[in-house]
Amino acid sequence: MAAQIQYADVEVGTELPAASFPVTRATLVQYAGASGDFNPIHWNEKFAKEVGLPDVIAHGMFTMAEAIRVVTDWVGDPGAVVEYGVRFTRPVVVPNDDQGGLIEVTAKVAAKLDDNRVRVDLTAMSAGQKVLGMSRAVVELA
Amino acid sequence: MALDQSFVGRSYPPTDPYEVGREKIREFAAAVGDTNPVFSDPEAAKSYGYPDVIAPPTFVFAITFKAAGQVVQDPQLGLDYSRVVHGDQKFAYSRPVRAGDRLSVTSTIESVKSLAGNDVIDIRGEVHDETGEHVVTAWTKLVSRAPEEA
Repeated sequence: MAAQIQYADVEVGTELPAASFPVTRATLVQYAGASGDFNPIHWNEKFAKEVGLPDVIAHGMFTMAEAIRVVTDWVGDPGAVVEYGVRFTRPVVVPNDDQGGLIEVTAKVAAKLDDNRVRVDLTAMSAGQKVLGMSRAVVELA
Repeated sequence: MALDQSFVGRSYPPTDPYEVGREKIREFAAAVGDTNPVFSDPEAAKSYGYPDVIAPPTFVFAITFKAAGQVVQDPQLGLDYSRVVHGDQKFAYSRPVRAGDRLSVTSTIESVKSLAGNDVIDIRGEVHDETGEHVVTAWTKLVSRAPEEA
């Protein structure tokens, strides 16, 4: 364990550095290959619209993977994450243009726990809407 | 149609081991744009106290979700997989997944509910390495949306 943040240095309400993660169709194709999730709603606009979606949407697990980067970049050691959970509330819509979509993540320390652990609550937004609910991680600090 | 409550508590046999490769971890980290060297450089991983590169926290989902396929495709359960969406996902880690791991998943149905015509199923996947050490538990909530009927 090599967390770079000291437990003693954080308090409830401490904000982590926020980050934004762009997502284009090319990103989704790359993620599909890496994750093995080839559901066409993540790359085929015609199919996505036929099943009632506004457009191609990002994999929920992609959004979950991006959101936790705010925590792992802060703590330094990604292996310091002890728990991580989210609810998928709204999809991240990814238009077929140069911009694509954007996932905007903020996070703050919500509770100090025993054993140098803290609970971090995350907020992930896209196009002005919350895309993850109940998004929480428990991380072990130095 | 409501799912059979008798499936609650049912466990499925452990999956054949999935062998975690360094290159697969690198591919996954690149796909999520994460440049932390602990995912790609064994020396960096060692400096953090790991025997080899570790995987990003959500990497293991590909393994547990494949294992959950035993459940969702169980013909006796009768879930309409074409209507399934991912509701919630949670992980609890004993240690990070790392290159060289041979991981086996035991899936258990934790609950089966019917909410407003939707079938909601909670699956717990316990992930162990080849020595039997617990690595991570994954909880996956799947929602099978009710068909639109006139």
